[in-house]
Amino acid sequence: MSEETITLEVTRYRPGHDREPRAQTFSVPYRKDWVVLDALNHIKDRTDGTLSYRWSCRMGVCGSCGMMVNGVPKLTCAAFLRDYHPGPIRVEPLANFPVVRDLVISLDDFMEKLRRVKPWIIREVEKPVAEGEYLQTPAQLDLYKQFSMCINCMLCYAACPVYGLDPVFIGPAAIALGYRYNLDSRDEGYRIRQPILTEAVGVWDCTFVGECSVVCPKGVDPAAAIQRSKVAGAKEWFMSMLLPWGGR
Amino acid sequence: MTTVPRRDRPGFYYPKPPATWWLRRPNYVLFMLRELSSVFIAIFLVLLLVQIHQLSQGPAAYAAFVERLRSPGWIAFHVVALAFALYHSITWFNLTAVVQVVRLGERQVPPRLVAAANFLLWGVVSLVILFFFLLGG
Repeated sequence: MSEETITLEVTRYRPGHDREPRAQTFSVPYRKDWVVLDALNHIKDRTDGTLSYRWSCRMGVCGSCGMMVNGVPKLTCAAFLRDYHPGPIRVEPLANFPVVRDLVISLDDFMEKLRRVKPWIIREVEKPVAEGEYLQTPAQLDLYKQFSMCINCMLCYAACPVYGLDPVFIGPAAIALGYRYNLDSRDEGYRIRQPILTEAVGVWDCTFVGECSVVCPKGVDPAAAIQRSKVAGAKEWFMSMLLPWGGR
Repeated sequence: MTTVPRRDRPGFYYPKPPATWWLRRPNYVLFMLRELSSVFIAIFLVLLLVQIHQLSQGPAAYAAFVERLRSPGWIAFHVVALAFALYHSITWFNLTAVVQVVRLGERQVPPRLVAAANFLLWGVVSLVILFFFLLGG
């Protein structure tokens, strides 16, 4: 008996040759314990070594293997073939990003945005190392823990129609990470970070479609982070209008 | 500082979402419906303002206006507007629960409870309005 197979329709794009991406069909063995990434590795090893895509950890931690699977942003290391049986399975590069080659997208814009929100602990005066760590209670950790689970896989950007239509939007993951540091009891950078989050291309560009939180593989809920930043920003604006000392 | 992402790298393919992007996923369609609901609610509010204005024009003018609202077209509009208003309100209260974190001491009140409190308040206010309406009618 011949082995059962499943069809993958994989987007191919060769820079300098192709004007736009096109789909190429591959047949791979259907194994219940295989994920889409296994199928792509099989194609690269056995059928076409020129197929390009990113991956690393294969366990949902590194955030490199994000692609569109049947039109939905997914970590391909966590997208089982059995959930798409009998196929065919459409595998495309993450939506809304420039395509470099095949399934590889450009990270440049996301990296710039991530840096812009300063996702690190800012202190007014750094404590000398000899004085030890900045301590935190479990309750203080709980405040931001959910938002610190982001693995920068960018699935949320691929799910965000606002980012697709207008890429100046800072976007879900970067705002969620900025918000995460704003909530951190060890951080003193709120006054530096909050104006960046609440500028026009920040939280106010978001129309709350909410799909970023649906596709997030880590349960970060970036949509909640954005809306809560909006509330904080609006509250501060009101206070600055009402109080002579600007609510500071 | 706003940085506009580059869209001119040679060899890169820059995708553009089609005008029908909102048909791609059920959640996008629901989002667009929520946005569209504002149109019906706005029309209803304008109608309400006109109705109040008619009230100031005397009983005859008001009665004629109310009679016009009894046409099948306007009834159909009100049914659709009510459906949109309900859809908007229900999704709004559900989202409020996610956005508004309520804390009791160190513990966060479950979002479902926050939503339930919103719905309860909505129900009570609606009942009070209904009570006055029945009292007046």
